[in-house]
Amino acid sequence: MTELLLVATGLRKSYGQTAALDNADFSIRPGEVVAVMGPSGSGKSTLLHCLAGIVRPDGGQVRYRHRELSEMSDAERSALRRDEFGFVFQFGQLVPELTCVENVALPLRLNGVKRREAERRATEWLDRLEVTDVSAKRPGEVSGGQGQRVAVARALVTGPRVVFADEPTGALDSLNGERVMELLTAAARDTRAAVVLVTHEARVAAYSDREVVVRDGRARDLEHAA
Amino acid sequence: MSIGHTFLGLLESGPRHGYDLKRTFDERFGHDRPLAYGQVYSTLARLLKNGLVEVNGIEPGGGPERKRYAITAAGITDVEQWLAHPEKPEPYLQSTLYNKVVLALLTGRSAADLLDTQRSEHLRLMRELTRRKSGGDLADQLVCDHALFHLEADLRWLELTAARLDQLAKEVRK
Repeated sequence: MTELLLVATGLRKSYGQTAALDNADFSIRPGEVVAVMGPSGSGKSTLLHCLAGIVRPDGGQVRYRHRELSEMSDAERSALRRDEFGFVFQFGQLVPELTCVENVALPLRLNGVKRREAERRATEWLDRLEVTDVSAKRPGEVSGGQGQRVAVARALVTGPRVVFADEPTGALDSLNGERVMELLTAAARDTRAAVVLVTHEARVAAYSDREVVVRDGRARDLEHAA
Repeated sequence: MSIGHTFLGLLESGPRHGYDLKRTFDERFGHDRPLAYGQVYSTLARLLKNGLVEVNGIEPGGGPERKRYAITAAGITDVEQWLAHPEKPEPYLQSTLYNKVVLALLTGRSAADLLDTQRSEHLRLMRELTRRKSGGDLADQLVCDHALFHLEADLRWLELTAARLDQLAKEVRK
């Protein structure tokens, strides 16, 4: 079996008196799509934020390719998020002043890729996500479904090893949501990117290879336990 | 599904042989469950007896499979009434899963584990249907969607029950 890419053990995180994570475990392999499920307020998003190095857990470990995230400097973690991780949130979080192609090219530009090359690669991804026609438009001028596909293109354009998707279809209707999931999972499988998919919708989780259930801050990772 | 009414609906566009009816039925509605020949001919015999279809011709070569069936005026009325009549919604009040949850609580076993195992099994089937949908035509997609929405409803019930287990435990142990 392929080696684990990202592993979390015994994660704990509290906000004030409230324990968001209480001894949560998680693991994912390259090319795998794992759904993180659970009711609202169960700690799903906190788990994702800890895994992605956005939030520092109070206890426990997150290891990415044998490196402990808490041992990295802030700059190293930022570089990791920029170079190796991709993010898709419920609302696209596209930059409203930039066109769609500029939005997708943005992570490449931040990595020092020249504008023409960055926009060429961005256009390829927009094409793959079937939204080439919105390239020159600004996020405010496109539909929710189109905007979310642009956001997926932006998350994948740098060739990340892990894509973190937090309720990526939460703001979409069924048909658009399905198409976004089909395109996201197909693209991730093609590029062997792992996808951590936070969702409370079973029909979205059905696009995953397996699920991890979070309840009261405890993640039950059957794979990890095995 | 009412096979008889479906046959009548298929016969409205023109007379067909038994084999042709079976093939069209299987293609459009059969999916995982193709009709057995016995079902086809027993259904046609019943429709014939009730005057809803008639034998429109027998082709040389003989044998029951060579008969061509046509819908009658009574058959058209029958299928029309069937289509206009709403299906009775399933009440789903007898749930094995609910019984299992209560029994687990009563016997001191883990109802949460039971629900987790069930969720996993539901999701396994939902994944299978989702894969089938992505490779299928529109008919496949709609049939799979119907199943997926029902499974999703079950899962929502599982989640709600999981969130109320403590409360339910108190109720059942009274």
